[in-house]
Amino acid sequence: MNSVHSRLSLYLLFTPFLLWLALLIIIPHIFMFLVSISVKTGVREYVTGLGNYMVFFTEPLYWNTFARTAFMSVSATFLTLLIGFPVAYYIAKLTRGRTKTTLFLMCLIPFWVSELVRTFGWMILLRETGIFSSFLQYIGLASEPIEFLYNDAAIMVGLVYTSMLFMVVPLVTTLDSLDDSLIEAGYDLGGNGITVLREIIIPHAMPGIVSGCIVVFMLSLGNYLTPILLGGKDSLWFTGLIYDQFITRFNWELGSAFGFLLLLLSSTIVWAGLKLSGQSLTNTVGR
Amino acid sequence: MIRTLPQSNTFKWTYRAYVTLFFVYLALPLTVVCLMAFNNSVFPSLPWEGFTWAWFFGDEDPFIGVFNDRSILRSIGTSMFVAFWVSLLSIAVGTTNAFLFVRHDFKFKEFFYILMLLPLIIPGIILGISILVFSNAVANNLENATGMWFDGLRPGLPLVILGQFSFIATFATLVISARLEKFDRSLEEAALNLGATRLGAIRQITLPFLFPAIAGAGVVAILMSFENFNTTLMLVGSDAPLTINMFDRLKLGSTPVLNAVSLLLIVVSALLGLVSLLFQKRDKSS
Repeated sequence: MNSVHSRLSLYLLFTPFLLWLALLIIIPHIFMFLVSISVKTGVREYVTGLGNYMVFFTEPLYWNTFARTAFMSVSATFLTLLIGFPVAYYIAKLTRGRTKTTLFLMCLIPFWVSELVRTFGWMILLRETGIFSSFLQYIGLASEPIEFLYNDAAIMVGLVYTSMLFMVVPLVTTLDSLDDSLIEAGYDLGGNGITVLREIIIPHAMPGIVSGCIVVFMLSLGNYLTPILLGGKDSLWFTGLIYDQFITRFNWELGSAFGFLLLLLSSTIVWAGLKLSGQSLTNTVGR
Repeated sequence: MIRTLPQSNTFKWTYRAYVTLFFVYLALPLTVVCLMAFNNSVFPSLPWEGFTWAWFFGDEDPFIGVFNDRSILRSIGTSMFVAFWVSLLSIAVGTTNAFLFVRHDFKFKEFFYILMLLPLIIPGIILGISILVFSNAVANNLENATGMWFDGLRPGLPLVILGQFSFIATFATLVISARLEKFDRSLEEAALNLGATRLGAIRQITLPFLFPAIAGAGVVAILMSFENFNTTLMLVGSDAPLTINMFDRLKLGSTPVLNAVSLLLIVVSALLGLVSLLFQKRDKSS
């Protein structure tokens, strides 16, 4: 192995990596930050300052929406974990062979399909002239059409549905690697279902739980389609505000500030999640 | 709670019922989307007006089927164009990244690896606006300096391609790296001993070994590109890819032609997804 060769190939491989990362990720984010701290004072005149961030903190609509988005994303993450965990456990531990593969595939298929199609499905189910409303009238539980769409519960249903895969797959993978004999040992030593779950299963599944939660939280926070299509007029979502500032009002300075705040929130929660569980980014997201 | 331990029947059946309910929940939205594609009504909702193929092949207003709807067909073409380039760029950079991280040791390697993972934890809409802001600044400066127009840096397909590539490249890197790590380097050394050049050995021995992963990453990239919405939304110009076109129509309220498109999308995505799994399987078995 001669080192000149190795150096050359290192440089050759480093170039595309650096170009990709610098031009599409790092420099654009620096620019976004610079735009977010420039305040418009006149036509094509800007000064550097935190004015855009002040607008965010002084306008209740903006930070209310921000807090609401964060809160609902956290709730959606917990709900997804709660609903998904038993299913993941079932697939990983109570089935095997062909059944296991089939169930796992059935989990995957809906998520190869565009998010738009999935949301469209929920619109058909939930709206006033939709399947649920018609069904309830048909069996006599409702006397007139019911609108299930355009409220926060509908957003929640959509968010949980959209993120389910990203919770179930890492959970199945980590639970799969748990040796059955450890669970047996737990019972042999006098544990019951709950203590075995708490002392053996959950600690073992922790990397999967963390990586699932991080991805689901991030996807919910950054979601645009579901809140816009399933939520009502008052169900604002922070990404919707960013879109408005950029595309509708053409106020890129404020939009960039919003974008940066969203990025900050998402990174903080991801970082806190990793720290609290003692995991690193490399062994959760980058499996 | 494992197979070898006895469980009470009530518990077993409640658990099974729950899992069944879960799969019903997963399948329900997609099923109704598909069924409504055959409803002989101008709204994608009940009541059921009878079975029709009109939303696929119809050519009389208002029953314009997918295959006669020009704007849908054009946006499918646009999406395919975008997906092709995104996939090509992603597997190219994914492969070089894999070699970089698996074969080389350099300063701050851990740090760069984390940077490489970053696109996964940045919300798509932020990737979109940051690239929009940057490319716009570059375009303004270039235009001021040269007096020429740089349309490629304004919202449009080139930016959509770059925006999607910016995070799909990370997925490609992870998939291809995983395969490269399993490669037995003595095979390459054998080729070198038999007189092959370094590049020749990589081309004849290593790349064929990597092929399942590269092809799998390519298919996944196409899928992700086709269904991407958030990043695309911020960077799109006048040529709308399929998801953007469908979104615009959905907001206005549309005919079941959207259900027909969705049905086709579901079938094609499921097939592509299965293909990518087959590649992964080859990946594991060999």
